[in-house]
Amino acid sequence: MAVTDAKVPAKKKAPGIRLFGHKVPFSAQIGFLIIAFNLFLMIFAPFLAPYGEGIVPADLQKWANPSAEHWFGTDAIGRDILSQLLYGARLSIGLSLITTCIAFVVGIITGFSAAILGRWADVALSRFADLILSMPTLIFCLVIITAVMANESAFVAATGISNAFFEGMVIVGVIGFLYAVPVFRLSRAVAMNIVALEYVEAARLRGENIWWVIRKEVLPNAIPPLVAEFGLRFCFTFLLIASLSFLGLGIQPPYQDWGSMVNQNAQVIFLGKPMPLFPAGAIALLTIGVNLVVDWLLSVYSRAHGENA
Amino acid sequence: MSQTASAQQRFGEQVLDVEALRIEVRTDAGPGPVLVDDVSLQLRQGEVLGLIGESGAGKSTIGLATMGYSRSGCFITGGKIVFRGKDVREMTRDERQDLRGHGVAYIAQSAAASFNPALTLYEQICEIALRRGLMKEEEAKAEAIRLFKELELPNPEKFGERYPHQVSGGQLQRAMAAMAMITKPSILVFDEPTTALDVTTQVEVLASFRKLIREHRTAALYITHDLAVVAQIADRIMVLRHGKMIEVGDATQILQAPREEYTRRLVAERTVANQNLHQAQSETAKPLLEITNVVASYRSLTRVINDVTLSVERGDTVAVVGESGSGKSTLARVVVGLLPRSSGDVRFQGESLPARLQDRPRDQLRRIQMIYQMPDVALNPRQTLAEIIGRPVEFYFGRSKDQVRERVGELLRHIDLPESFASRRPGELSGGQKQRVCIARALAAEPELIICDEVTSALDQLVGEEILRLLNRLQEELGVAYMFITHDLGTVKRIANKVAVMLKGQLVAYGETDKIFSPPFHPYTELLLSSVPEMRADWLDEVLAKRTRKNA
Repeated sequence: MAVTDAKVPAKKKAPGIRLFGHKVPFSAQIGFLIIAFNLFLMIFAPFLAPYGEGIVPADLQKWANPSAEHWFGTDAIGRDILSQLLYGARLSIGLSLITTCIAFVVGIITGFSAAILGRWADVALSRFADLILSMPTLIFCLVIITAVMANESAFVAATGISNAFFEGMVIVGVIGFLYAVPVFRLSRAVAMNIVALEYVEAARLRGENIWWVIRKEVLPNAIPPLVAEFGLRFCFTFLLIASLSFLGLGIQPPYQDWGSMVNQNAQVIFLGKPMPLFPAGAIALLTIGVNLVVDWLLSVYSRAHGENA
Repeated sequence: MSQTASAQQRFGEQVLDVEALRIEVRTDAGPGPVLVDDVSLQLRQGEVLGLIGESGAGKSTIGLATMGYSRSGCFITGGKIVFRGKDVREMTRDERQDLRGHGVAYIAQSAAASFNPALTLYEQICEIALRRGLMKEEEAKAEAIRLFKELELPNPEKFGERYPHQVSGGQLQRAMAAMAMITKPSILVFDEPTTALDVTTQVEVLASFRKLIREHRTAALYITHDLAVVAQIADRIMVLRHGKMIEVGDATQILQAPREEYTRRLVAERTVANQNLHQAQSETAKPLLEITNVVASYRSLTRVINDVTLSVERGDTVAVVGESGSGKSTLARVVVGLLPRSSGDVRFQGESLPARLQDRPRDQLRRIQMIYQMPDVALNPRQTLAEIIGRPVEFYFGRSKDQVRERVGELLRHIDLPESFASRRPGELSGGQKQRVCIARALAAEPELIICDEVTSALDQLVGEEILRLLNRLQEELGVAYMFITHDLGTVKRIANKVAVMLKGQLVAYGETDKIFSPPFHPYTELLLSSVPEMRADWLDEVLAKRTRKNA
């Protein structure tokens, strides 16, 4: 999607592709291309996948090598790796996007509030953030998820939601909360600089409430560094979900995301079979693509604003 | 002819010859605006050329170009810059590096931002002499001490051991002059070196700069926007506008008989500054704002405002003057409630205002509006003028969308901007236009008192004058009262009918402008008044002579 934007001819006659008035370097163009490619595969997975999700084809073959029928081969129970990869994209990318959005909504609101309210609100929120940051994210995640999952059957029975939905909710909630903390720190730092400006003071003098100040005065001026952070945070989330799945705590069978695919196919690498390399490569590719774009955004806005906190 | 002959006697050989200089901006989108267009100038040893013009006139760009340097994105695209017979543009990188700091030295506007806070003054002042291998460390220190003495810095033997934060702004500015002089350069480039200083400090710094230049017979480019300052120090003056040379001539000729219309306006602006515009009648019967025995402090215990009492009546323009740190801006913050007062009372139309902004009802907030010094940061760059000006209308009066739009148009007409500007954003406006929008935003609330915090000091002289006229006209039409925070006595004389002089958080004089500014003066008022540069070449000499007499 972003790529179509980038191809709109610029008003000024200048060489190269431009976006938001800035020249898009070659590396970022590749990044946009990778992201667009992944989004395309994710959205159109049902049409592109040669076999259905989790379907074991009639010609049951375990660990089949790549062939015309199964481009990327099959896994331990004979499922087509390419199809699993395409459907897995929906879980991997979709969950990461939702999680990152939650982290941003929570992080931005708390971060901006801390900067605008100042004093005790700032102290309380910042110390709480320090507390969370003092623990390694992955370990913290493992502990909370294990604890919550222990009550899974009781909760599912009580509410009537499916197990898979409950697990997804837990992952999204826990990671969203944990990653709201770095977002909080960034938004607070960015907002601190904006709040010191006189147009924000003018709004306060007028008697505007905090919600208006956040929405109208601070947010529009904080967008650039936050957009860059969004890309970076998306990568982290994506990798963390993959790590959890790889450790067996994330997405549970029969559903598979790229992380659990690496996990479940890992053993055959010793037999010289390439199956785990495909999901691992997909993870690497998307991460690199997003990072290429983020690097460009950061360089553009650090030039324009002088700091990114 | 005779003039040139005498000039040749007074000054030595030619050290700098700039011919048809052209500097342009080039971005990756192609060529940008031309910053300097066809400017030529010559400098002889011992001669001081004043470069004067508004912001964007290209003065600083020319100053930097004499060192073969241009800011990033700018390129010297035409002309010659000949330093002692050699074109700077054709020099190799090493030659140019050697020129900078040794042949031509630069003194920047903000000394505070130019010194490294982690190093002592000695380390920074002697650095260039040591790095170029021109002196040994002891020699450099001895030279620095000699310069400190010449610049009349206190305790010259020990001065260099201090860190930048341990000396005052005026002293730091002089330390930068010492840094520039240590290699005995042929040319000094002064880039607005006194603009950031208080008026009383400016006099001292200006005097020591002049002494330094005269004793060392150094050639100098003196860049400033203040014609009265340049009159004290320059032999010749060049007037620039939009990167083009308007007029160049002897200092006395420019000041007394300017040839060009633009120069005449610049000179006239200073002369009219003594006529008071204020005409609105003040109603003495019922004071609008009464400040009684107010004390305020930031978290520390020192009182920033100490027992201040003053009142503003309807139709009044009360100027609060003082140097930086006098507490004048803090007083404004106390009145609007941004800084809660610790004791005393602020009454508005007879009603006591809650100390904290959050405790004031909306209607009280509406009645007192504020206009800021820097219009660039006082307007949200992401909002259109319609949103900026329309918001108070919507917020305080709850009008419908159509009514708001109509009112915005009306307000834009009030401030002499076309209604079509409503869809623009602040980035598309000039500094003066932005300040007008700030005024419109304040007016949108239909206030009774507007607090103006240094509203003209970030603007060019002529633009500032227009803003003052606009404020004055609006006062006559709408009857608002102004509380005018400023450090510029010219502004005070121009529009205020009452003056409050502040010093270290206290009010030292308060009353009608005519009375405060005529004898008998409070000693501090007299010092302030005598420090405002006048448009005469002999003003500085007079002031210095007077002060020596007094001290003797």
